[in-house]
Amino acid sequence: MKTLKDISIGDACKVVKLHGKGATKKRIMDMGLIKGADVKVVKVAPLGDPIQLNVRGYELSIRKSEAELIEVA
Amino acid sequence: MKIALAGNPNSGKTTLFNDLTGSSQYVGNWPGVTVEKKEGKLKKHKDVIIQDLPGIYSLSPYSMEEVVSRRYLVNEKPDAIINIIDGTNIERNLYLTTQLLELGLPMVVAVNMMDLVEKNGDHIDMNALEKMLGCHVMPISALKGKGSREVAELAISIANKKVLNRPELYEGPLLSTIKSIESELSNVDQRMKRWFAVKVFERDEKVINELNLSSLLAKYEKNIKKIEDDEDDDSESIITTTRYEYISNIVNDCVTRKSSTQASLSDKIDKIVTNRILALPIFAVIMTLMFKATIDIGGIAQGWVEETLFGEWIMPFVEGLLKSLGVNSWITDLVVNGIINTCGFVLTFLPLILILFLFISILEDSGYMARVAFIMDRIFRKFGLSGKSFIPILIGAGCGVPAIMGTRTIENEKDRRMTIMLATFIPCSAKLEIITIITAAFFKEMWWLAPAMYFLGMAIIILSGIALKKTRAFAGEVAPFVMELPAYHVPQVKTVLLRVWDRAKEYVIKAGTIIFTFAVILWFLSNHTWSLQYIDGESAEIAHSMLRSIGEFIAPLFKPLGFGNWQGGVAVLVAEGAKELAPAIVDTLAGKAGIASLFTPVAAFSFMTLNLFDPPCTAAMGAIMREMGDKKWGVFAILYQVVLGYALSFVFYNMGSWLFYGASFGLTQIISIVIIFFAIYMVVRPAPKAKGAAAALEV
Repeated sequence: MKTLKDISIGDACKVVKLHGKGATKKRIMDMGLIKGADVKVVKVAPLGDPIQLNVRGYELSIRKSEAELIEVA
Repeated sequence: MKIALAGNPNSGKTTLFNDLTGSSQYVGNWPGVTVEKKEGKLKKHKDVIIQDLPGIYSLSPYSMEEVVSRRYLVNEKPDAIINIIDGTNIERNLYLTTQLLELGLPMVVAVNMMDLVEKNGDHIDMNALEKMLGCHVMPISALKGKGSREVAELAISIANKKVLNRPELYEGPLLSTIKSIESELSNVDQRMKRWFAVKVFERDEKVINELNLSSLLAKYEKNIKKIEDDEDDDSESIITTTRYEYISNIVNDCVTRKSSTQASLSDKIDKIVTNRILALPIFAVIMTLMFKATIDIGGIAQGWVEETLFGEWIMPFVEGLLKSLGVNSWITDLVVNGIINTCGFVLTFLPLILILFLFISILEDSGYMARVAFIMDRIFRKFGLSGKSFIPILIGAGCGVPAIMGTRTIENEKDRRMTIMLATFIPCSAKLEIITIITAAFFKEMWWLAPAMYFLGMAIIILSGIALKKTRAFAGEVAPFVMELPAYHVPQVKTVLLRVWDRAKEYVIKAGTIIFTFAVILWFLSNHTWSLQYIDGESAEIAHSMLRSIGEFIAPLFKPLGFGNWQGGVAVLVAEGAKELAPAIVDTLAGKAGIASLFTPVAAFSFMTLNLFDPPCTAAMGAIMREMGDKKWGVFAILYQVVLGYALSFVFYNMGSWLFYGASFGLTQIISIVIIFFAIYMVVRPAPKAKGAAAALEV
């Protein structure tokens, strides 16, 4: 399974499915990261985590542990 | 009439609220939680109350802000809603809009930042947007004050009127199920049936429990399950997906974007500021400059307030005035030395605090603070905090009270509690004064002692975090970190100043009430004997005062820390009331002999560390109790600080006297070593397996 964590900086992808559950999953979805959304990995924080994404025209930051829950293609 | 103001964080909601209500704001708390509640009267409409809701992304039941917002909307049923959305970030902003629409209340959508939308060469078709949302839409630029009044007038005109035409987001079996649930809802507001039906479909526990809808849910459980199986997703996610699909249609129909490949100024700034190599050095430089400027400029202002304003102007003036009026010396002394002197002394901290808060507010309003959380998260998460904990700790360098209140921006309960417990370990402006007098009296050559105390404070926060995270109270699932990084913009003067005032106000209130009361009590105790004979507490006569007996009574507690004399006892007691008063009382107690006569250098160091790391002043302890929202947690936090402060001083004093003064290695040294090993064990022991930690990553 390829997740958002595997996408290299500067690359774009499409969300296929969200794993996880409860508050974490809902929070990610509320921010617009849902099935079919286009995401670009903009950068990684200086210490290697979290990562910065561009989704729906704005900048969002999530940790790698959350990126791991997002299946992409 | 009540109008609710709802919108995402960073949508310009605060600017619009300030613009609409001016100075008539009232700040309180939402019942039962520590989320700030702001309301104000609409300018020129005394009978219209604008209720500012917390900045939220959704009306889901997962954060306190979201829960209080939806509870307000559903229970209080405001006469109209103004939903402010950021026109430059319309897609995600409309997500909340689709949820608000289902409440069936009259609503105006204010599309903000239209000046920026136009500048980018984009276009939003307001008529088409109005049609697709089925409610009134109005373009505004809150920052420039354009359209704010019109939005309010429009909201008043539609209040309590019928809602235009709610769009249908759902279709197929999903729609028919929701409609069936709707038809069976009996005891809810007619207009809100759609909202409740969707909540039942989402199996929203809060709504279902509050309205006893579990039998209704049970009846439709089979239908819901069928839809979930067909879509291969849970019901909550199906609703979210449907909303965003509808929003994509809106954006396709209403928004034309000039396809520019040019990076915006914000992107360019971000490329440098959060650059992998440059981010940390830039951050360090900004922090250093901020503290240097605060201490330098604040120090000048501090000296002026203390020496010139109060010392040369106000105090001699009042003293002369009272004397010329023939007021007796007891009252003159109370007014001049008891009250005015303390007020002056407390006010000397104000410039320092104002300048620090000014810098912090500018950094916040510009969008940089979100990047600080982004940069620091990795480090902070390691010890049970999140990147968002950094801001309260920073504010704590000014005053602990606003710092503790600043933890409200941390959504996760555990992170927030931990931050409340640890934020005051960073020396505040009053503690800095204690460091300064001790350094001046004992460690003159050691200029690095003050910065070292900040590092020690930081180290204690970090080590406490690591140790506490492993305790049962804090163990468990790591909170998600999902944070918007708003576009940079030039800080707005009005917003920044209001925020500085909001925070400084806490300090001024504390100074005006708690410190003032303590000062008067302190003056009384130091200027009277037990037979209420009036003595000069500024001189050696203080040794006959009531204060002395009180000091003597508690002094044995501090004997193991190296200052078991009555002066030490009094100083600690006063500092616990208000750290601001400690330097002055130490000075008075020492008298002509100077502070160096009270302590040995090692004892002085121990005295300083006790005052830095035991619980902060009464005002901050009160804030801790309030913000924890639970007595047990409040007491736990304060006890932790008592134990930590005492243990630290104990170890410093006893190991110090053994190392530097050739004290024999006895029981207290053995206890010190036990404490050290216990602390090390608490920090390095493996984390106990927590339930749920694995579940978070379950796939």
